[in-house]
Amino acid sequence: MVSVRGLHKWFGPLHVLKDIDLTVAAGEVVVVVGPSGSGKSTLCRCLNRLEAIGQGSVEIDGQPLPAEGRALARLRADVGMVFQSFNLFGHKTVLDNITLGPTRVRRISRAEARQQAMTLLERVGIADKADHYPAQLSGGQQQRAAIARALAMRPKVLLFDEPTSALDPEMVNEVLDVMVSLAAEGMTMIVVTHEMGFARRAADRVVFMDDGRIVESGAPDDFFAAPRTERARDFLSKILQH
Amino acid sequence: MDALTAHLSELGHGLVTTVELTVVTTVGAMLLGIIVATLRIAPVPLLRAIGTAYVEVLQNLPLLALLVLFVFALPTIGISFPLFTSAAIVIAAYEGAYLAEAIRAGINTVGVGQAEAARAIGLTFGQSLRHVILPQGLRAVIQPIGNICIALLMNTSLAAAVGVVELTQAANNVNLLEAQPIAVFTGAGLAYMLLALIIGQVTGLLERRLAIVR
Ligand SMILES: Nc1ncnc2c1ncn2[C@@H]1O[C@H](COP(=O)(O)OP(=O)(O)O)[C@@H](O)[C@H]1O
Ligand SMILES: [Mg+2]
Repeated sequence: MVSVRGLHKWFGPLHVLKDIDLTVAAGEVVVVVGPSGSGKSTLCRCLNRLEAIGQGSVEIDGQPLPAEGRALARLRADVGMVFQSFNLFGHKTVLDNITLGPTRVRRISRAEARQQAMTLLERVGIADKADHYPAQLSGGQQQRAAIARALAMRPKVLLFDEPTSALDPEMVNEVLDVMVSLAAEGMTMIVVTHEMGFARRAADRVVFMDDGRIVESGAPDDFFAAPRTERARDFLSKILQH
Repeated sequence: MDALTAHLSELGHGLVTTVELTVVTTVGAMLLGIIVATLRIAPVPLLRAIGTAYVEVLQNLPLLALLVLFVFALPTIGISFPLFTSAAIVIAAYEGAYLAEAIRAGINTVGVGQAEAARAIGLTFGQSLRHVILPQGLRAVIQPIGNICIALLMNTSLAAAVGVVELTQAANNVNLLEAQPIAVFTGAGLAYMLLALIIGQVTGLLERRLAIVR
């Protein structure tokens, strides 16, 4: 579903992604972990080309990423993204946040888009908030609305960039539960997160990044129990201490 | 007072011309302002450069000089418009530069996160401007836009210098006949104040109506 080959990315002189190879099969859930600044966000952003690629190739469902314009916009619609800071549209109700893409990009009717949005809101447990504005919702509710907005495009892949890092602790689980159920339903997901519980429950594979490289990759239980590289051991000892 | 009542029709025509010039110019300047602000945030460097050049040039020339140039210099190379049209084009172009800057400030209040979320659901640059960025960016700067519109209203009086008989020119003409400057120009001044007050009220109303829930 996602195929990354020899991907490099530079910000000016800064070499942020170094020769990344990553293949994610349909229905697979890959969790990406690694220290801050290791390039996890940049990798996510290269997958839907919010960042231009320096060198190498990214294919989504067999299609190489177009450079710019309408073709790129169309491809982005197939790659959903959930951000750390939710990024809901502040002037639109939750319902209108969700129907914007389907009506403007997929060109389905308003009535159909609303119906579909309500179904999604029920699924993420905030149907009663449909007519609220983002600022009237808690962080956890906003993030669930953002997940519904991404799902409304019927994406082939969903990218999550630290979806629970901006949440108060008591709201983390309501978002993770939604993600776990998506994983169980067979959604293809790439998730940057430090929630090891989620990785154990839902991930097929954990990918460990450090300094712009994929250093290690394996099944969650193997990775957490017996990391093969020194750097992964070091990283895990730091985050598991707490 | 007699000087005013005796010439109500001339002054009334002047007032109507001022209002027409203000409305036409405001609409034109808003459109230009949105276009130029959009150019300044466009993903293409050349477009950004054009937007910046536009603002820099028009903000750094006196409006009166632009009016004189347009009305008296362009005809010498064979380009001429009716006086009212010329004045409207020049004032709209000039105020458009100021509106572009205000609108750009508004756009900057909309986080990059929302712009990225808009692109991530597959909206094109134009669609994300129209449905996400501009609706919020414009709402954030309704007050400054209102102030620029009031400045625009006052600046329409410069059209008098190139022969448009708007309110200031009409008052001037009446004064030449009646030699009662205090009555005539106080009357005209009150009319400008009233118009400015109306713009201010409309601005306030829009701001309350369109406020984003926070
Ligand atoms: N827009 C940018 N311009 C310049 N440097 C950037 C930009 N975005 C990220 N970086 C740098 O790239 C590196 C990787 O960042 P990021 O992908 O955000 O890491 P992570 O998500 O793993 O914390 C960091 O050194 C960061 O400072
Ligand atoms: Mg990050």
